[in-house]
Amino acid sequence: MRVEVHLWSGLRSLTGGLEKVSVEAASTGELLAALARDYPQLAPVIDAGVSVAVDGRIIASSLTEPLGPDNEIYLMQRLKGG
Amino acid sequence: MALDDHKTTGFKFIGTRPDRPDGLDKVTGRALFGADAQAPGMLHGAIVRSPHAHARILRIDTTAAEALEGVKAVVTRADFATGLSGEFGFVLENVMAGDRALYDGHAVAAVAASSALIARDAAKLVQVDYEILPHVTDVDAAMVDDAPVLNDTYADATVPAGLHPNVVRYHESGHGDVEAGFAAADLIVEDSFKTEATHQGYIEPHACLATLGADGKGELWCTTQGHWIAQKTCAALVGIDTSQLRVTASEIGGGFGGKTTVFIEPVALALSRKANRPVKIVMNRSEVFRATGPTSSTSMDVKIGMMKDGTITAAQGVFRLQGGAFPGAPMEFSAMCAFAPYNLENVKQVGYDVISNRPKQAAYRAPGAPMASFAVESVIDDLCKQLGLDPIDTRLKNAAREGTKASYGPRFQRIGLVETLEAAKAHPHYTAPLKPGQGRGVSCGFWFNHGGETSVSLALSEDGTCQISVGTPDIGGSRASMALMAAEVLGIAYENFRVTVADTATLGYNDVSHGSRVTYASGLATIKAAQDAVAKLCKRAAAKWGIPEDAVYWEDGFAKPSGANAGNFDPIPLAEITKDMGSTGGPISGHFEATPEGAGVSFGTHIVDAEVDPETGKTAVVRYTVIQDAGKAIHPTYVEGQFQGGAAQGIGWALNEEYVYGEDGRLQNSIFLDYRVPVASDLPMIDTVIVEVPNPGHPYGVRGVGETGIVPPLAAIANAVSAAAGVRLRHLPMSPPRILRALRAQASEG
Repeated sequence: MRVEVHLWSGLRSLTGGLEKVSVEAASTGELLAALARDYPQLAPVIDAGVSVAVDGRIIASSLTEPLGPDNEIYLMQRLKGG
Repeated sequence: MALDDHKTTGFKFIGTRPDRPDGLDKVTGRALFGADAQAPGMLHGAIVRSPHAHARILRIDTTAAEALEGVKAVVTRADFATGLSGEFGFVLENVMAGDRALYDGHAVAAVAASSALIARDAAKLVQVDYEILPHVTDVDAAMVDDAPVLNDTYADATVPAGLHPNVVRYHESGHGDVEAGFAAADLIVEDSFKTEATHQGYIEPHACLATLGADGKGELWCTTQGHWIAQKTCAALVGIDTSQLRVTASEIGGGFGGKTTVFIEPVALALSRKANRPVKIVMNRSEVFRATGPTSSTSMDVKIGMMKDGTITAAQGVFRLQGGAFPGAPMEFSAMCAFAPYNLENVKQVGYDVISNRPKQAAYRAPGAPMASFAVESVIDDLCKQLGLDPIDTRLKNAAREGTKASYGPRFQRIGLVETLEAAKAHPHYTAPLKPGQGRGVSCGFWFNHGGETSVSLALSEDGTCQISVGTPDIGGSRASMALMAAEVLGIAYENFRVTVADTATLGYNDVSHGSRVTYASGLATIKAAQDAVAKLCKRAAAKWGIPEDAVYWEDGFAKPSGANAGNFDPIPLAEITKDMGSTGGPISGHFEATPEGAGVSFGTHIVDAEVDPETGKTAVVRYTVIQDAGKAIHPTYVEGQFQGGAAQGIGWALNEEYVYGEDGRLQNSIFLDYRVPVASDLPMIDTVIVEVPNPGHPYGVRGVGETGIVPPLAAIANAVSAAAGVRLRHLPMSPPRILRALRAQASEG
């Protein structure tokens, strides 16, 4: 299943200028793996830690959240706090 | 989580204000903090610190120190693990320097001796030969072409080509076309701002007691916001298996994000291993300031375009944060939070993480957000003034709502910003008359909040009382909140619970008490653990009645048959079931482990009145009101305390607190006498309004409240002070000298 994922624009330089990419993924874990595979320059960014927002719900670290083609998906920088 | 798990009204215990469970211990001095631990044969540790901002370490001679009577061990970097990378590598470099001292106060060696006095004397005998290197402590100066290079390998793949090697991370996000948006504006305000580094200012200095044997088994007692991360980090830094180190969190005297990492703990463990004795280290205040994490200092540019009716047409911000000598300044949060309160068609935010010769920054409540909010909300205030608009109406006009595309990308779920603004507008404070020399400021603020790995265990006793083990150190009243949530599920009184912060050997992994996550995540886990216990209680009642388990339900502390078909049985109270639990199937407990991912974001709106003395530049905050969305206030008194604490710390940050570095790169004000935090006489009574817009990701609607409260104060106070002084203040803190300079500059400009 292909899903579209929005990247933060600072990652354009690592995706050939794209801010929105399409990858094969049915879960957040598959999404991150697919991004690292299809856009290898994103791998260190993903390894450093990212979060994923699915329809506005921010998934801080779970790799098992299901994804569907109609979900609005955003890659975000990893959340932490004080 | 199934919707039928949710409950947002009709509470019996939630929302009440019972006595705090740690109250007696704290007022009688019985509570055990980091420095209160003792052990037979205990040694005392002292750290040798660099007096230089940047220097190559040529040689460390420990001979004289080791020869001093009473000295049992001296450690340097050679006594720690090698080959660490990533954050562990940065933390190791920070807790014990390698080949270079990177800031004034950087640890370079440590001593353990039979008394604290001997340890301090021995530390002075450690001879360190330095080659002094050029240094830089200012964020803008660290980015210019000829700035001293701290490390040319830290920059990650996101940093655009051509920037100075001290720029180690880069963030850019937004949507729309800001140039088109600015072209559509009736008025554009563009301005630049700076904020100085501040410290979290917790009362309790870092302290620990460590034991580590030659067998690789260790014990650590420390003041921390997260003992599992302390366990994991310390084990890596001293090169032992994680599970062989048991860490117990002491009572904590404040953290605010500053105790989410380790500083002295790995050093104490390394000393203990070398001396084969327990080692205690307690920082003095100067060490806390010089060597633990303050906030980033910042330099920011913000540009906003607005139409005459108050509609924002475009917004753009550049946020430069220095985070000390290592990557990690929270510039992405500055960028993502800056414009989050507003529904913007065209927005762009850029962040730079810059390294400098200062201590490694640490989180401080909503890291990165307060500074960005200061810059953005100051510009909005200027726009409102120039266009003759009401500041709250203007914010309402542009406010983010459910479904709004956030400035950082995704659409908001249910949020409560509008409710906080409407409550602010309706509050008597907003329309109260001001006296001459006074000004009023308002500001909104946003923070994400967090879930994180969480484990909770709950055990019932034969007498019908209950013990709850959580793994999140209680930094904001969580023991009371957990007891209230469990009481709501089990239907027995709050007083029947005892909540304990368990050590790392007795509970599953728990993320740090940070990100305003504890009441949300540990609370959710406590509710689920209590529901697990309730299911077992119902099963025992079903067995007693000889009916199916699903024919029993739980209400107000009783097992009850679910209807006439289930049978005509008298309800059984909890204590009646637990009385015989050993002989009816064994102990009854409940457990829950998960990484909850439904932490709801939160917003706040603050109103501040300030008075400025134009002769001295001294500012008095004369009235303050905090309005914030808590989702659901479990224990309202603690929620109000969090709101008030955020405002109090914000007042210090806005008006007086700052790290002052000399030309030599050394910290000039490393004690509370010279680093001025607000005291009670500096503060007005801080009024609070709790807004409750339930978070759909928590069974009772909870949103974290620990961090959002420090986001609006800097801007709200700056807007009030600027109104009172008649001049825009662009540099925090707005200390009397800075206010006088601004007044004189305005006078000289005519």
